[in-house]
Amino acid sequence: MNLSDQIIQFLLSGFATGAIYALIGLGFSIIYNSTGIINFAQGEFVMLGGMVTMFFLTSLHLPLPAALVGAVAITTVVGVLFERLAIRPIRKPTPLNLVIITIGGSILIRGLAMLVWGKDTHAIPGFSGEEPIQLGNASLLPQHLWIFGITTLVIIVSKVFFNYTISGKAMRACAFNPRAASLIGIDVRRMVLFSFIISSAMGSMAGFIIAPLTMTSYDVGIMLGLKGFCAAIIGGMSSGLGTVFGGIILGILESLGAGLISSGYKDAVAFVILLLILFIRPQGIFKRADSERV
Amino acid sequence: MKREPVKYALLVAVALLAPLYFSGGYLMNVLVFVGINTLLVVALNLLLGFAGQISLGHAGFFGLGAYISAILTATHQVNPWLVMLIAALAVSALAFLIGFPVLKLKGHYLAMATLGLGIIIYIFFNEAVDITGGPSGFSGVPNLSIGALVFDDDVKNYYLVWSFTLVVILLAVNLSRSRIGRALRAIHDSEVAARVMGVNVRLLKVQIFALSAFISALAGSLYAHVMTFVAPASFGFHFSVELVTMVIIGGLGSVYGSLLGAALLTLLPEMLRAFQDYDIIIYGLILILATMFMPGGLVRGIPAVLAAILPKKQERG
Repeated sequence: MNLSDQIIQFLLSGFATGAIYALIGLGFSIIYNSTGIINFAQGEFVMLGGMVTMFFLTSLHLPLPAALVGAVAITTVVGVLFERLAIRPIRKPTPLNLVIITIGGSILIRGLAMLVWGKDTHAIPGFSGEEPIQLGNASLLPQHLWIFGITTLVIIVSKVFFNYTISGKAMRACAFNPRAASLIGIDVRRMVLFSFIISSAMGSMAGFIIAPLTMTSYDVGIMLGLKGFCAAIIGGMSSGLGTVFGGIILGILESLGAGLISSGYKDAVAFVILLLILFIRPQGIFKRADSERV
Repeated sequence: MKREPVKYALLVAVALLAPLYFSGGYLMNVLVFVGINTLLVVALNLLLGFAGQISLGHAGFFGLGAYISAILTATHQVNPWLVMLIAALAVSALAFLIGFPVLKLKGHYLAMATLGLGIIIYIFFNEAVDITGGPSGFSGVPNLSIGALVFDDDVKNYYLVWSFTLVVILLAVNLSRSRIGRALRAIHDSEVAARVMGVNVRLLKVQIFALSAFISALAGSLYAHVMTFVAPASFGFHFSVELVTMVIIGGLGSVYGSLLGAALLTLLPEMLRAFQDYDIIIYGLILILATMFMPGGLVRGIPAVLAAILPKKQERG
């Protein structure tokens, strides 16, 4: 393979991981926009998506579609419980307290996962086999197509939801101004719960589509969560296309960095990019700067 | 009015006498780490509690201090005390330079930038195998010594670490009650208001960041010499989070709270060890419950609990 073929290969695989980061990042943005919370447990939803799928497939021998639906359902239940038991009861929510609570929640979920499934790394078979598809000189796994397909579908559905349904519009109103939203009769607390439902479901999907590529274990949530957070920051914490592009840019740069520079420093690439963007354009690369309000 | 000196004298007395009670036991070793963690938590509290600037990368500064000390003393045989100073100065210089762009950021952007910084440092520890020994770590760090006195057991290390801790606590208490302390709290409440009052907000934030890094690096050097071994796992994202947790559980903006937070969260895993794999779950639960029911930290929560138990005191007022 010559250099240009290699670069195409890196772009393709970077695009796929980028799509995953985008899904995780969207989960961050949706919760952030409706509650102002940075949910550090988002990565654990991703971990649960992969681990629950693995559990249904290998221990209960369910067919794949049932396992996937089950994974989304269980992760969503965890998301709802988390919101009900840890977020809603806080009497004096300050940003710092919320950060600590969500970190506590992520430690708790990770600990429970370790108890249930142990510390081993588990493999999940690809959804449509492992036979690579040749594209010119580059090759693509069928799982990559699943990733592109599911990510696109989720983005379209969420776009339709936020723009054309009454609940979606109500959530956007809460993001814009919770006080005004509650004045016109929107139940802000219910919207907060909705945002946790959507984010945990999205996170679990990200988790089960990436698991066949990277394997899964109880502690994969930390790094994936942080990368998704990077994607959201690059996209300016938007719950739309900004974060999607943020994820894809991150995935591609990371894959190029790993391929052309050093694979050991792969994770560092993401964070160097993150720092550069924060230093140069802290509002994200797609947004105009807001004027600072006192 | 004179409560501060009394409080401090009490702390010094307890710290000096503790080994009489604990020496020889396994807790002595834990208390050494309570001292190191207290240094770190006080350092972070200066930034987070006083100036209101979060850092999720302090484990990185701690690690840099530890690695600089470990490498220069073990590989190049430089005087450890000199290295300790060099490490602290170098790390605070780095923090000073990087502080200007980083501390321009606010809220979760600041959290993310410092987190990124910490992770980059952590990846460097893991990947620069030629210099740091990689994931398996770096051993053979000598113990500190003064003349013939070698700090090579728990009791000696305890006094070594705690003499640093007590000095730093004194400095932090004084700093918090000084003009700079008031300026920092003004920044915490409103940067614009602070600027209007003539505080050089940008410079002061960077200076306190550098000071905080200086103390963290110092703690790192002590850690390296106490452990005689350093490995990247001690300096990861998880530890940065743990430090922030200690600050908050102890009480934001309270130096003595830092001591309580560090002590509780250092002792807790040791006490939970009996629960084996359940310990991490209990740890997570305690984090959530403490934040939920004691949002002001132990330093405000304990008096509140006492007031609730002793109803007589409530009636005054």
